[in-house]
Amino acid sequence: MAETLTLGKALNIGLRRAMERDPKVILMGEDIGKLGGVFRITDGLQKDFGDPRVIDTPLAESGIIGTAVGLAIRGYRPVCEIQFDGFVYPAFDQIVSQVAKMHYRSQGKVRLPIVIRIPFGGGIGAVEHHSESPEAYFSHTAGLKVVACANPADAYTMIQQAIESDDPIVFFEPKRRYWEKGEVDTDAPLSDAYPLHASRVIREGQDATVLAYGPMVRTALDAATAAAEDGRSLEVVDLRTLSPLDLGPVFDSVRRTGRCVVVHEAPSNVGLGAEIVARITQECFYSLEAPVLRVTGFNTPYPAARVEEEFLPDLDRVLDAVDRTYGW
Amino acid sequence: MAKGEPSVATKRPEDKTARARASGDPPAEPEFVQLLTPDGDRVEHPDYAVDFTDEEYRGLYRDLVIVRKLDAEATALQRQGELGIWASLLGQEAAQVGSGRALREQDMAFPTYREHGVLYCRGIDPIMPLGLFRGVDQGGWDPNEFKFNMYTIVIGAQTLHATGYAMGVALDGKVGNGGPDSDSEAVIAYFGDGASAQGDVNEAFVWATVFNAPIVFFCQNNQYAISQPIERQTRVPLYQRAAGFGFPGIRVDGNDVLASYAVTRAALDDARHGQGPSLIEAYTYRMGAHTTSDDPTRYRIASEVDAWQAKDPIKRVRLYLEKQELADDGFFADVDAQAQREAVHLRERVLSMPNPDPAQMFDNVYAHGSPLLDSERAEFAEYVASFEGSAH
Repeated sequence: MAETLTLGKALNIGLRRAMERDPKVILMGEDIGKLGGVFRITDGLQKDFGDPRVIDTPLAESGIIGTAVGLAIRGYRPVCEIQFDGFVYPAFDQIVSQVAKMHYRSQGKVRLPIVIRIPFGGGIGAVEHHSESPEAYFSHTAGLKVVACANPADAYTMIQQAIESDDPIVFFEPKRRYWEKGEVDTDAPLSDAYPLHASRVIREGQDATVLAYGPMVRTALDAATAAAEDGRSLEVVDLRTLSPLDLGPVFDSVRRTGRCVVVHEAPSNVGLGAEIVARITQECFYSLEAPVLRVTGFNTPYPAARVEEEFLPDLDRVLDAVDRTYGW
Repeated sequence: MAKGEPSVATKRPEDKTARARASGDPPAEPEFVQLLTPDGDRVEHPDYAVDFTDEEYRGLYRDLVIVRKLDAEATALQRQGELGIWASLLGQEAAQVGSGRALREQDMAFPTYREHGVLYCRGIDPIMPLGLFRGVDQGGWDPNEFKFNMYTIVIGAQTLHATGYAMGVALDGKVGNGGPDSDSEAVIAYFGDGASAQGDVNEAFVWATVFNAPIVFFCQNNQYAISQPIERQTRVPLYQRAAGFGFPGIRVDGNDVLASYAVTRAALDDARHGQGPSLIEAYTYRMGAHTTSDDPTRYRIASEVDAWQAKDPIKRVRLYLEKQELADDGFFADVDAQAQREAVHLRERVLSMPNPDPAQMFDNVYAHGSPLLDSERAEFAEYVASFEGSAH
């Protein structure tokens, strides 16, 4: 049955389904139990599944990830919540040196099915360290998989698929879209869901391709709607999976349109967009009418909240970039 | 002081260790649990009454000698270019054999990269970690198969893994099930004095105590973190740190295999019976270098090493066996011969370890492969093949 859910509620129900399906799935994080998480994503789960499976942890991010490693070796499937993007760095060593490498160094004998949920991105008027986009750090690290959901239907299925994965996954949630609503079919079997590590064309168009993920997917769709009013047809691809990237549908799209704009909130310098542009250039060189352009946050630390709307890519900056691809 | 300001008396702890080191005198013997003196005399401790059979005394001696011999063989292999590096346990045999033999079969150990003695006591083939040091693999094995996690290089990181594993033991209902012969499990986390300064170790202490995890933190204080002496890591004896976290801490003579065994066995049994974590500081000394890449003469004086030489962990067991007439020359010769055989066997197998196929580097990054790595593997194979038949 399709029901209308916020993205946050879709994640909540997805977590509940995963816990019902597999008793080895446990949740751990700061304030996720009684409080239900600062964004209420785990609301009600401790009440229904108990303390042992929904663990309010000490305030220590390296501890959350490090103990999750041990729990995973013991046979559990920990789902860790990092409260905000900017708080993941104390856990960086455990994620990059331990979580990412243990399967490899064990020659495949150890599996760490750990999900690390991170609300990410800006646009909520927060103080510093609460609006960052650290996805490139993790996408750069072999052994990790990285995904970002953008809408309630994907949030519901992708969190369950991530928990079922045998690889560790960093799961980015677009925090400013937590309250956006959409249709979610909570009865459809998970096996029928769109694959986790696949990008998806979510709006078809002929004139230019716009790539986005997480919170910027909504921005890209809005830009496409506005462009249509001006008679320009934009194709929008939701990347969904950041590592591994799934650029096959992107190459197909760019070969047709010849123009491409990549959008993310993270700064451009050595970011995901750079990698994506390099690969599109290599694969689609003779189809391109213009260089692939990036629309990103500026190469500054995340600025004060009162100027974040200027920092963040928006509809106008996306359309401006599309216009510039016509100027080459 | 301005009139009217309150007077505040302060008293800071004295740094006795640093002063002793500066004066050139060896630090005074600290208080610790000891059951066998350096002269090979058995002493009693009110809290740790433990009886060993004659066979067990001889067995511990055999372990100590073999572990030292295998370690020396690995050092020699490194010097001959057959290992890239080796982290010797020389001097720490008693702490490792004592704690290693204290583990019950169902217990889980999380080692650093120096726990070759514990590995041996777990009944694991000593060849297992040598691929890591030879550089033909990264020390990969199944922790659950051997009840012994892979060596961990990043200092202190494994203490959190051990704590999480211990939380899993509790979640599985494997704590507090009946008497000493129950199937209840305990976990031991090895680390060193240097690691005690790491955030992860301190976080592990917090987690273990608030979740009452069945874990023993076993710190081999070998006095040095590469070149840095213990007083660069702490201003209080390490075992006293536990009090601040809310669980017991105890210092044991880490060169005394009997005391190391007794203290560890008691702490493990407390953990498995639901009494929560403990910290053991095994007070010992790294007789050799940090690794074969290190030169300890740059940062410590010979007299200090000599003082510790007199407290050798093996010599005291031999003295005890001799004084008590528990072993004769034939026994000692037999132990030496076995150690020699095992060392030769280890050497032969190290020398015959093949280099890995370079294409293997693309394997096991992910559980079910990856398109990116598939294409890189294919490109690499094509590139390599392009040289076949050429003069290169």
